[in-house]
Amino acid sequence: MTTESPTRPEHAVEELDRVTIRFAGDSGDGMQLTGTQFTKTAAVFGNDLATLPDFPAEIRAPTGSLPGVSGFQLSFSASDIYTPGDRPDVLVAMNPAALKTNIGDLRRGGLLIVDENEFEPTNLKKASYAENPLGDGSLSNYQVIPIEITRLNELALEGLPLNAKDKFRSRNFWALGLVLWLYGRSMDTTIKWATEQFGRRPEILEANLRALKAGHNFGETTELFRVQYSVPPAVVPPGTYRHISGNEATALGFVAASVLSDLPLFYGSYPITPASDILHELSKMKSFGVKTFQAEDEIAAIGATIGAAYGGHLGLTGTSGPGLALKSEALNLAVMTELPIVVVDVQRAGPSTGMPTKTEQSDLLQAMFGRNGDSYVAIIAPATPSDCFFMAIEAFRIALKYMVPVIFLSDGYLGNGSEPWRIPDSSSLPKITWSYAKEDGDFSPYKRDPKTLARPWAVPGQKGLEHRIGGIEKSGLTGDISYAPQNHHEMTLVRKARVDGIVQDVPDLELSGPAEGDLLLLGWGGTYGAITSAGQAARKKGLSVATAHLRYLNPFPANLEKVLRSYKKVIIPELNTGQLSLLIRGKFLIDAIPFNKISGQPFKIVELEGKIDEVLGRSGPYVIEFGHSSAVSGG
Amino acid sequence: MTAPAANSDGIIAGNLPVLTRKDFISDQEVRWCPGCGDYSILAQMQKMLPELRIPRENIVFISGIGCSSRFPYYVESYGFHSIHGRALTLASGLKTARPELSVFVITGDGDGLSIGGNHLLHAMRRNVDLNVVLFNNRIYGLTKGQFSPTSEFGKVTKSSPYGTTERPLNPIRVALAAGATFVARSIDRDTKHLEEMLYRAAQHKGISFVEVYQNCNIFNDGAFAAFTDKEVRQDRMIYLENGKPLRFGKQNEHGIRLNGFQLEVALNAESDEGLIVHDTNASTVSLANILVGMDYPEFPVPIGVFRDIEAPVYDQLVTEQVEQAQAKGKGSLEAILHAGETWVVD
Repeated sequence: MTTESPTRPEHAVEELDRVTIRFAGDSGDGMQLTGTQFTKTAAVFGNDLATLPDFPAEIRAPTGSLPGVSGFQLSFSASDIYTPGDRPDVLVAMNPAALKTNIGDLRRGGLLIVDENEFEPTNLKKASYAENPLGDGSLSNYQVIPIEITRLNELALEGLPLNAKDKFRSRNFWALGLVLWLYGRSMDTTIKWATEQFGRRPEILEANLRALKAGHNFGETTELFRVQYSVPPAVVPPGTYRHISGNEATALGFVAASVLSDLPLFYGSYPITPASDILHELSKMKSFGVKTFQAEDEIAAIGATIGAAYGGHLGLTGTSGPGLALKSEALNLAVMTELPIVVVDVQRAGPSTGMPTKTEQSDLLQAMFGRNGDSYVAIIAPATPSDCFFMAIEAFRIALKYMVPVIFLSDGYLGNGSEPWRIPDSSSLPKITWSYAKEDGDFSPYKRDPKTLARPWAVPGQKGLEHRIGGIEKSGLTGDISYAPQNHHEMTLVRKARVDGIVQDVPDLELSGPAEGDLLLLGWGGTYGAITSAGQAARKKGLSVATAHLRYLNPFPANLEKVLRSYKKVIIPELNTGQLSLLIRGKFLIDAIPFNKISGQPFKIVELEGKIDEVLGRSGPYVIEFGHSSAVSGG
Repeated sequence: MTAPAANSDGIIAGNLPVLTRKDFISDQEVRWCPGCGDYSILAQMQKMLPELRIPRENIVFISGIGCSSRFPYYVESYGFHSIHGRALTLASGLKTARPELSVFVITGDGDGLSIGGNHLLHAMRRNVDLNVVLFNNRIYGLTKGQFSPTSEFGKVTKSSPYGTTERPLNPIRVALAAGATFVARSIDRDTKHLEEMLYRAAQHKGISFVEVYQNCNIFNDGAFAAFTDKEVRQDRMIYLENGKPLRFGKQNEHGIRLNGFQLEVALNAESDEGLIVHDTNASTVSLANILVGMDYPEFPVPIGVFRDIEAPVYDQLVTEQVEQAQAKGKGSLEAILHAGETWVVD
């Protein structure tokens, strides 16, 4: 359905099922943009795909330095895929530092495209190379294709009224053009994007288009590449598709929650990586009545959100781990006053500042227990970037029905990662029902609905319902301050019972693979893709392995214990030191085997396969091998 | 401030109810220490609220933590007793979401200037249409007597047995610096003045900030007595009045004038010439900044309105942006779901 560039007959075309490419360069080289453009092209072509942007925390580390390397990995495929790939088949390295930090991940025999102009003494020194790796034989395991990208790009841009620096900045489009050619891809999507983006700066537009086409033409005319590759479209359910990242889907989901509940959305937030994109997206949504409040700090963000929820609106706040820590006291105020707020935590590697641009799943116990007193909130976690949309709606459905704070645990991998998404029919999304307190009858602030145990939502402006709430314990009968021993005992239990009772709206845990057998892999959050893929691979080998993924973490689905007891062994893979494992062991006394990685990087499928083999006795103890991860100093 | 006549349903013209002080007294037992200055502030507030002629259900009191923050329990309206220092955050969110409500924030010198100092600055900077009343007793009362950010230098308290080693903040100076658009000071003991300040604050569009010198008769008794006692008040306090020369004294015989950049007292100034004329609406903050430096015993302590200016109001601006966007067409979920590049698989 897209127009493809004709391929030259002299290049043989080899058909592949799946390809993983990593673009790596200096953080000023535009690698995120290059990766995103290739991703969009692959998506429009109809490939299934998954992406892993990987950028340094520093906006601009010193040019050419190891900490300044930025990478973007994507995997595109003719069949269903769930992860951005374990090891790239192709690495595009725009400078020596990018080569050094990424080469360890490239598959043996993989294609390595480098800008050889950048491999000069200064840059080599910055990357701590004593010898030029292009000449010392150290890359003999790979198909190395050195190209003078910088010089060829300059030639293509000759005569344009731009300085050398601006011309240099088009190199990424030259590289993109080349890789698009290599996989037989049209330049249309990128040309369209660039035209919209640079329309007001014709000389920049011209430079980018010339660079793009020059790279593309270079592929066609050079004999460096013996073959071109094609990855046919994936067979996917019919429908209209778009490409979406987790943070975009999160923002859209909350706007949908506002539409479906017919309540205005209020988003209080303080900028924090990797959650800020949600603030950016929602601040554009004024035509939906969305009000965004960029607060002075994390505490003000949740405080304002509680104020908005008290006022009868959808109160939403978003942050990442350290911000959740700052919000915990105010979150407890929402617990105590039983107001329906939603807190998004796009988790990142911790503790403290940790590694802000790297992913981790280490806030589960903070979400569960990180507050003073016996304090229970609902916790849900999307499994894929597009699942963020549906779970965002779910968050408010629960919050409003049970008058309870809900924590939405996303993570950096989901938030920044992206995938093609079959757009749901908006008219098929069920309405979110809710009600304010009735103005007639005997109102009391803590008089509960017998089925949900929710208290009435009486909002300012409602006549005759004037009342006082607050963080001090209240009498369950009158709503007045109460220090009565029995009252506090009962109020604590009923606050917990209210959260436990949400189980009536939690769907049963779904399984991939046999309903009983040797081994279950139980995961949650952004590890869905890797766990699902590892389970499929194990079953292909004839092993009795099932996988299941929790999207509801408090309360758990009602059938969880039965599922867990249907397998001889249970592995719980997590990007933390074993937080879900602790909960599962504590709650069910099941001897689950934790499998943990805390590197800031997602699981690779082979790592999970290695652990499966170990647990099933097919191999010895499995140990994760850490290569150089990009953007982390490899020195 | 007399209410217009009501019809038989108790509704005055414009469908506004006639309320009395009693309507704002809740059924909760007031639990401040007997003799606390908070009683007076509560009473003046309850007297003032009916004059606003706002339906009771549209009035919200939000507080933090501290003695003053028990206030919302005693007012028959919507009330939210939040957490330490954060009342302004809740109030900012509520007012932004629901600009039609009338929102009061009750705070103290510890709640508002110590743990909640950051929020005070930013609410003022944004000019959210809130009414902030800060009870300043220069002590931590609820925790039983530690020094506060407004305690005088060297003060001996439970947590400073050798005297404090830190300088106090002046709340008015903070408010002026943060860009508050209505800034006033009153005292618990002058009930008429206090009620007037509360009324004017409530009428102001944008943030209003009223500091009330409030006596804590248990932990800091007589903190302000040196200038608020009836016998000395006229000689040791100065009532700021817009457009009038700064005068004080039992016969209004003294004045305040500028000597270079320094203030000085003009004893027995017969003529107004050379005396500072107060201007609450001045476009610059310079005069208010100079007046706030007056303190006992060098100068009479100024009370009244320091500043009263108009400026764009945050919650209105936010609401207008939404209204303008919606005037061009309400958002369509279908449209944003299909935004950007899409493709169809048959």
